[in-house]
Amino acid sequence: MSETTDLEGKSIALECRDLHKHLGEREMRVHVLRGVNLKLYQGEVSAIVGPSGCGKSTLLYLLGLLDRQDSGQILINGEEVPPDKDGAHTRTRGEHIGFVFQFHFLIPEFSAAENVMLPMRKLGRLADQEMEDRARSLLSDVGLGDKTHRLPSQLSGGEQQRVAIARSLANLPSVLLADEPTGNLDVKNSLMVFQSLTQLATEKGQAVLIVTHNPELAGRCDRILRMQDGQFID
Amino acid sequence: MLMSLAGIVFGVGFFISTQAQLTGYQELFIETILGTDGAIRIEDRIQDSYVFVAASTSKGDRTNFFITDEKNRRFVEGVEHPDKVIESIMQLQNVEAASPVIKGTIQLESPLRKDNGQVYGINLDDHIAVSALEDQIQHGSLVDFRTAPMGIIMGHKMAGRLDVTVGESVIIRAIDQQRRFTISAIFETGVSDLDKTRVFMHMSAARSLLKKPHGVSFIQVSIFDRDHAVVDAEVIERVANHFTTPWQEREKSWMQLFKTLKLSAAITVSTIIIVSGLGMFSTLFMIVMDKTREIAILRSMGYTRSDISNIFLWQGAIVLFWGAILGCFLGGLITYGISRLPMPLSGIFATEYFQVNSTVWHYIQAVVAAIVIVMVASLAPARRAGRLVPGDVIRGTVT
Repeated sequence: MSETTDLEGKSIALECRDLHKHLGEREMRVHVLRGVNLKLYQGEVSAIVGPSGCGKSTLLYLLGLLDRQDSGQILINGEEVPPDKDGAHTRTRGEHIGFVFQFHFLIPEFSAAENVMLPMRKLGRLADQEMEDRARSLLSDVGLGDKTHRLPSQLSGGEQQRVAIARSLANLPSVLLADEPTGNLDVKNSLMVFQSLTQLATEKGQAVLIVTHNPELAGRCDRILRMQDGQFID
Repeated sequence: MLMSLAGIVFGVGFFISTQAQLTGYQELFIETILGTDGAIRIEDRIQDSYVFVAASTSKGDRTNFFITDEKNRRFVEGVEHPDKVIESIMQLQNVEAASPVIKGTIQLESPLRKDNGQVYGINLDDHIAVSALEDQIQHGSLVDFRTAPMGIIMGHKMAGRLDVTVGESVIIRAIDQQRRFTISAIFETGVSDLDKTRVFMHMSAARSLLKKPHGVSFIQVSIFDRDHAVVDAEVIERVANHFTTPWQEREKSWMQLFKTLKLSAAITVSTIIIVSGLGMFSTLFMIVMDKTREIAILRSMGYTRSDISNIFLWQGAIVLFWGAILGCFLGGLITYGISRLPMPLSGIFATEYFQVNSTVWHYIQAVVAAIVIVMVASLAPARRAGRLVPGDVIRGTVT
C-alpha cells in the first residue's frame, strides 16, 4: 500500500517509479525507458510530447498494463500491480484503465452502442438494460446520441474516434490513456475529439494522459511532460 | 468456414450411410446363417480326458489320482443320445429350440443328370423351430413334405442342375443303398453352397438310407439372444460334454471381414472430416491473424486470454453443432435413399435391394469423430489468439 495523495493534497490515480524497459533482441536491443517516474492526478489532463522513438507510446502501454516493464513499479490508486501476473493486469485494465488509440479499433460487426457496451459486458456489473442506457448516455455525451445503432463503417473518422472515447469511459476508469487520439483526424475533428475526451474525463474526475505530437493540443492540457531518450527532461 | 461446415456435413453424412450399409449386409448375412445353420451346433461327443496317475511318497505311502489332459481331447463322431442332450440344454434360459440332424453324403440321379449332395435328415417341426426353412420355400410346400415319407426338399440350384421340379422324382444313393424320392418342395437360402448341395428328408428315411439306426450327426440349436451364443455354447459344451460351436466361431472369418470393412470405411470417410478440420484450422488461423487488432483491443478492455480463446472455440463449436445436425440429417436421408435402390444379389445371401441397418451408434460415432477433429482444429488457433500480447499488436500497428 502506498500514499494516494501527494504533499499538495492532490489524489494520485496512477504512479510509476523507476520504470525501465528494453525492446528488441541481442544487438538490436534498445534501452527505451530509463528509469521513468510519473504521477497522474485525478481530474488532471497531462500530455507527453517528444520526438518519435523517445519511448512515449512504450511508457503508455506499460502504464496501461498492455506490456510488462523490465523493472520498476506501477501503482494504481495506491495499489502496486504485480508485473508478472497476467490475470491481475487484465482485471486492473478492465476496472481502472480506459484506452483511446490513434485508430479507433472498433469491432466492425457491432453497432456504436454495442461497441461501447463491450467493456461493461466483461466487467459484468450492470444488467443488460443498464448497459444499454449507459452506452446511449455516453454516446450522447460525445454528440452521437442519434447514431447509437450505426455500424462503424457508417460513421465518419471523427465519429468513430468519439465512439472509441465513449467506449474507453464505459467502466468509469480511474485513468484514461490516449495514444495520439487525434493523429488520424483533420483539425476540426481533432479539436472536437480532444474536447470530448478532456471534458468528460475531468468532469468525472479521471486522470488523463495523452501522448501527442500536436503542440497546440498539448498546450491545452493541464500539464506537459517532455520526453527524450526514455526519460522526462523537465 | 462454410466449406468446412459443408465438409463436416458430408463427412458425418457419409460416415453414417456407409456404416449403415455395411451393418445392413452384415445383419443380412447373420440372419441368413442363423436361418440355415442355426445359432449353435452341438456335434461330436468329447471323450473323457482323465489320465490315471499312480504315485508314492518318500515314506512309501501310495496314492492314485486322475488329471485332465485338455490338450489331447478326443471326440466320438456324432451325438449318441440326442434326446438326453436336448433335454439337458433346454433347461438353459436362452435356448429356444433344438433339432437333431443326421447328415450324410449322397449322389442324386435325375432322368437327365447326376449330382452330388448332402442329405439332412430332420424332424420337420423341430427343424422349422431352429431355422428359417419355412420362409425359404420357393416352390411346393412343407405340407406335402410332411405327408410324404419319401419326400425331399431340395435346394433350387441343385434342382436347376438336375433339371427337376416339384412333383418329380430322383434316385438317391448312399453307401450301398438306393431309393427313389419325390421332390415335395424347393428352397432358396441365398447361400450358393447350400442351395446347390443340400437336400432335406425325413429323419426315418435318412436313418434307413445312411444306415444310422441310432444317434444323430449334430443338434442345431436356436437361442433367444443371438449375441449370447458364445457363452451359451461354452455352457452347453460343459453340460452336454459335446463339442459345441456358436455361430460367431463358425463364421469367424466372415465376421472378421465385415469388421475390417466397417473399420476401413470409417477411416476412409473420416478423412473427409479430417480435411474439413484442416480447412477449418487454416481458416481460423487466418481469422486470428486478421483480427489481431480486435483481439488486442478486447484484451485492453479486460477480456482474459481464455475469453479470447473461447471466441474461436465457440466458432468451432457452432460449425460443429450445425455440421453434426445437418450431417446426421443427410446421413439419414442418404441411408433411406440407398435402401430404395434395387441391388439383386445372391451368393452368400440373397437380396433384391441395398441393405441398410442404421443404429444410433453410427450417429454417435460420426458425431464423436467430428467433435474430436473440429476441437483439435479449433484449439491451436484459439490458443494462439489467447496468447497474443496486446501491447505488441498495438505497437506494431501504430508504428
